[in-house]
Amino acid sequence: MSNLMSGSKILLECLAREGVDTMFGYPGGVTLPFYDAMYDHPLRHVLVRHEENAAFAAQGYARSTGRVGVCCATSGPGATNLTTGLVDAMMDSIPIVALTGQVSTKLMGSDAFQEADTFGITRACTKHNFLVKTLADLPQAVHEAFYIASTGRPGPVLVDVPKDVFQAQAHYVPVTTIHLPGYKVHTDGHAGQIRRAAHMMWEAKRPFIYAGGGIIASNASGELKELVEILDAPTVCTLMGLGALPADHPNFISLPGMHGSYAANMGMTEADLLIALGVRFDDRVTGRLAAFAPHAKVIHVDIDAAEIGKNRAADLPIVGDAKRVLSKLNKILAELAPAHAAINADGRKAWWGQVRGWQEEHPLAPEFSTSEIKPQHLMAEIDRISGGKAIVCSDVGQHQMWAAQLIRFNQPRLWINSGGLGSMGFGLPAALGAQFANPGKLVFSIGGDGGFQMSIPELSTIASYGLPIKIIVMNNGYLGMVRQWQELFYNNRLSSVTLDCFPDAEKLAGAYGFPGRTVENPADLASALQTAVNEPGPYLLNVKVSPFENVYPMVPAGGAINEMVLCDAKPVAVAQ
Amino acid sequence: MLQVISLLLENKPGALMRVTGLLGARGYNIESLTVARTTDSALSRMTIVVDVDPPLRKQVIKQMNKLVNVLQASDLTESPSVARELVLMRVRSTMEARASVLKEAEIFGARVIDSSMEGFALEATGDSEKLDEFIDVMRSYGEIEVTRSGTVAVTLEPRKLRLSSPVPTGAPKTTNTPTPANGVINA
Ligand SMILES: Cc1ncc(C[n+]2csc(CCOP(=O)(O)OP(=O)(O)O)c2C)c(N)n1
Ligand SMILES: [Mg+2]
Repeated sequence: MSNLMSGSKILLECLAREGVDTMFGYPGGVTLPFYDAMYDHPLRHVLVRHEENAAFAAQGYARSTGRVGVCCATSGPGATNLTTGLVDAMMDSIPIVALTGQVSTKLMGSDAFQEADTFGITRACTKHNFLVKTLADLPQAVHEAFYIASTGRPGPVLVDVPKDVFQAQAHYVPVTTIHLPGYKVHTDGHAGQIRRAAHMMWEAKRPFIYAGGGIIASNASGELKELVEILDAPTVCTLMGLGALPADHPNFISLPGMHGSYAANMGMTEADLLIALGVRFDDRVTGRLAAFAPHAKVIHVDIDAAEIGKNRAADLPIVGDAKRVLSKLNKILAELAPAHAAINADGRKAWWGQVRGWQEEHPLAPEFSTSEIKPQHLMAEIDRISGGKAIVCSDVGQHQMWAAQLIRFNQPRLWINSGGLGSMGFGLPAALGAQFANPGKLVFSIGGDGGFQMSIPELSTIASYGLPIKIIVMNNGYLGMVRQWQELFYNNRLSSVTLDCFPDAEKLAGAYGFPGRTVENPADLASALQTAVNEPGPYLLNVKVSPFENVYPMVPAGGAINEMVLCDAKPVAVAQ
Repeated sequence: MLQVISLLLENKPGALMRVTGLLGARGYNIESLTVARTTDSALSRMTIVVDVDPPLRKQVIKQMNKLVNVLQASDLTESPSVARELVLMRVRSTMEARASVLKEAEIFGARVIDSSMEGFALEATGDSEKLDEFIDVMRSYGEIEVTRSGTVAVTLEPRKLRLSSPVPTGAPKTTNTPTPANGVINA
């Protein structure tokens, strides 16, 4: 018998069985045998320039496709560098599998060279993790990892593989079933609850739909649109849910919360029924919880039972997959429509009147100036070029909020950002992953001058693979979001937020062999963006914008969401 | 009041760490924790006594139930259950006091498991408050050394154990189809 295979080869076989075509990673001592096996294997390994970016790129791949993203790192520093990306995926429920090398089993626990307790460290960074101590357990662990990452509430799973397990030889027998008796996934919502929800919806006078990342995770956009149209309810999509309902849909309001629109936050506050779908009542959405949606009954649909009642009690909980629950719900709503739609039709008409009124009173409209580029102007231009169809990967800060407010997304999986963890340095590597997964698509990376500088090493990766990413830096010369808080709540004592010495964009991009440019005249912005988009390869566009612009509306931390600050004025400081 | 949580979990490395990590992340202090395998050696039964704010108790149980290695987590605090603890104690006693020590042990239902010139080794089970009293009484006779097992509890209400069935491996065939590539194509 000579079909002995190494652990490395077996691992590659398992990845192939899971349909993995691309992996983002960085090699090292203990993963040498694994990388050697990759040498003549069709799986594409993308060499990033930092392991954190491998995890972010895997997320960009996963977020833009719905498939599991894969990243790989060596033991010790490689594994610890992954952790931010893992926690980020955990917070935003993104399915990724991380493979890490570990020192040989004999050396484990001896402070061997490049040893870290990856299993222990990543316990808190993952949905689940595995330490594979013998080759016999490897296939099982890998398939379990993919299953856990991609089912239920998705999330990151890590598989730690010691060097001697990569090197060991075994007869490979594919694992065809896995059994996780304690892993409970509730996909079908309770039929009785779904029926009750339908009745509540028709009986409401002021229904309001609050849709989140769960809609995107369960590919339930079609079902959401149907619901919105049957019920004709105003709808907000959270920062994680943008694109779940097309932004050009007449019922779409905006994002809600800290930097949500006036209409979104007033709508939540005045609603008598909040239909919460795949959301977690995050503090950035609810503001002061006790004052959130005070008149509303809450229907909460989520696949994760632990989300129900966590922050806001649900009057009607439904634990299940959004797609399945909504498709059943829509049927019942439609059945009930002839008898029920008229019950509160007048009330719902008046409700729309109110919502449209709020939208007109304080629209989320871009601002323009002839002397400087306003950040909002930049986002409006990107919106125009995108036409609701480009993938936009954002970093974290003011630019992220303006992008979320002003760039419209007409499909799910186009808006990619670090929502829950707010990790600076996310945007560029996420764009890298998204571009690999969507080679024909227009992909923008939008970063601040701060966050972009956390990712500069990836310019090398982008150049090396010739990825046609349009890298836009919204350069305000500051760690803008922090500067905004210092201005508003710390008497404008600007402490360590000034970013001087930003590199010359043309020279920087040129150093990597692709074009770059700085624009600061508003009249040049549109053509500069068009040049970037027309360029067949990567392009770096550094856009100098007005430095002291603040993001509004803003709900100060600890405030109620209907107490928005709408423009620059002397706001009342609220304790953090 | 303390919360008593009973868990049935897989007897695997790391399973305990996941449960305690969940409590540690919230800064909770574990009063006691016992774990041992069940009649099925692939499974362990764990009893945890922990100080959790009553409004958060349900949440903690739900999060424990989410752990892949946990088959079932239940709150025994307010449901019919019995809880016991074991104490092993060495008590030094003068020759004169030996008879009283033995008498006292009998009152508490403790058993003598070792006897020497210096004193006794005793074993007692009971609810935790009773054992506190027992320890106090024994301390009055002389120097003691005590090891407590922590609470073990069993529910008196059989609960249906719902387990997941095996699933085939490999890439799912139907779900998660990527968005069609009808976006903007680079000029
Ligand atoms: C890794 C990390 N460190 C710190 C922060 C805190 N933080 C949030 S926004 C921000 C400023 C970002 O500045 P920049 O990238 O220039 O974007 P801007 O807000 O100016 O658009 C900082 C420092 C963070 N979110 N992530
Ligand atoms: Mg900035």
